[in-house]
Amino acid sequence: MDWQAFLLTGRLAVMVSAVLLAIGLPMAYWITFSGWRWKFVVEAVVALPLVLPPTVLGFYLLTAFGNASAFGRWWQGITGHPLAFTFSGLVVASILYSLPFAVQPFAASFAAVDRGLIAASSSLGASRWRTFWRVILPLSIPGVITGAVLSFAHTVGEFGVVLMIGGNIPGVTRTVSIDIYDRVQAAEYAAARQTSLLLLIFSFVVLSLVYALNRRVWAVYPFE
Amino acid sequence: MKPESVEKPLQNAESAGAELEIQISKKFGGQTGGESRVAFDIEADFALTRGITVLLGHSGAGKTAILNCIAGLIRPDRGRIALQAEVLFSSEENIDLPVEERGIGYVFQHLALFPHLTVWKNIAYGLERLSRDEQTRRVGAIAEAFRIRHTIEKRPGEISGGEKQRVALARALVTEPRALLLDEPLAAVDPGTKARIIEDLRNWNAAHQIPILYVTHNREEVFALGERVIALENGRIIAQGTPAEVVRAPRHVSLAEWSGLENRLEAQVVALHEDQGTMTCRAQGAGSGKQVDLEIPLGHSRVGEFVLVGIGAGDILVATRRPEALSARNVLQGKIASLRRRDVTVIAQVDCGVGFEVHLTPGAQEALQLGTGQDVWVVIKTYSCHLLNAGSGIAE
Repeated sequence: MDWQAFLLTGRLAVMVSAVLLAIGLPMAYWITFSGWRWKFVVEAVVALPLVLPPTVLGFYLLTAFGNASAFGRWWQGITGHPLAFTFSGLVVASILYSLPFAVQPFAASFAAVDRGLIAASSSLGASRWRTFWRVILPLSIPGVITGAVLSFAHTVGEFGVVLMIGGNIPGVTRTVSIDIYDRVQAAEYAAARQTSLLLLIFSFVVLSLVYALNRRVWAVYPFE
Repeated sequence: MKPESVEKPLQNAESAGAELEIQISKKFGGQTGGESRVAFDIEADFALTRGITVLLGHSGAGKTAILNCIAGLIRPDRGRIALQAEVLFSSEENIDLPVEERGIGYVFQHLALFPHLTVWKNIAYGLERLSRDEQTRRVGAIAEAFRIRHTIEKRPGEISGGEKQRVALARALVTEPRALLLDEPLAAVDPGTKARIIEDLRNWNAAHQIPILYVTHNREEVFALGERVIALENGRIIAQGTPAEVVRAPRHVSLAEWSGLENRLEAQVVALHEDQGTMTCRAQGAGSGKQVDLEIPLGHSRVGEFVLVGIGAGDILVATRRPEALSARNVLQGKIASLRRRDVTVIAQVDCGVGFEVHLTPGAQEALQLGTGQDVWVVIKTYSCHLLNAGSGIAE
């Protein structure tokens, strides 16, 4: 078994979950509490990766990472190398690809917090910031865990985007799912079978964990 | 809306000691996506002095909306809200202090206790700026005053309904707010518990003397609580004054409904007895054409005028024999037309030519062995008859 691929995948997934916690929580807060009339556009953009073929997302990212785009040039300017076919590129792509898996459960659990409690908090003199940390977040813990675990698991399982923008460089962009694909291509079925089984067990355990933690709020998809 | 229908506020003498002044208007609903919803307006103008003022109204009268405007949870379209000398909201001066800076305590209808925090942390929630010692001292004192010491380590889910109400009150009051808003906080507790909580609230306010606005739709609470009552309907104030003025002798038909004056009859004034302070009114049965004379308190009416008389169904006595040697001036003979029971109230319709609804206890029904079709006498005290409007025109 290619333990290097497992290690790489684990590192990628941990980083993506951590970043998604950091940017997903404020995004979800904004989506839940903003009164902006065009908010639905942002919600649709966040949910896009759920329905978009990974190849489409991968294609656009590849374009964005390239020299032709301002972002690509900016990145090259400060790091000295392009994003495509690097581990950093994988992280950026995975964050976008797993965004709805974090933001949706966060937003659903924020929305489930009784507005009366939020009003009570501010009537007791608490700022929005304090209300978030003392009331909204503690009451949304199951949703926050769900979002973090799902984005972790989703990153572990992604294939199309990785193939498009990461390719298959051992130790750099070769994740477990790419490894399985590679083995099948090379007719190494025994290795593919082992790795697949491990991934299946992992996914099952993760989902069981999420369901067990979170029997009430379950919102992976935006279609509530 | 027409300007003349806006009642002038009770400024002048009564607002001299005003602590909290409220003049707001707010439109709710209206057009949404081409479909017109029922628009709902609030047009309120009143002032609160220290002590408890009851805001009385049906559900949907706009009571909670007014509280939310005062608290800062809803922004009025126009108006001004001032607490002591500080302006909290003013559309003219473009002032709109955020909720957390208003210093107004608010006890919500559903209490909104934080379910994940202990009672202690719930109460201490608004005290974060104080030192730990000061928090402990204040929480301890208020827990003592509201008798919830024993619940302090528990969570809201583990304490009784009455205790929750006390915790919610304590949590709002421990911050020493400059005013307190209470939105039917005692709707869900039994009368005994309610009376004790109100007593504790009164004791607390005896020392602190802040204006308290207490919202309810329950007239019993009006008498238990209010030094002053403001009656609200469709977002507008229709009466204000002492409980006796507003509820016991309502001048407004819809107020009579909440006041529990189930019987409302139109009657013609036939005689004035100025020396007695009463007048005789004649009501006519709808179907029977029979006439019934009632002696009611003297109003500003003339003979021949039609008046609306309200009588509480619980204020009417029923006797199975003709009562004698009684102070009540109105004794009418009739028949029980129907009897039904709702919870612990027996509702009797008695036909005396004019129909009366009478509320009895099940015990009374049993003791008198009342049944449908039975001959009874209905007894109504003069002072149980309330004049609901001035004359509605001279007949003939």
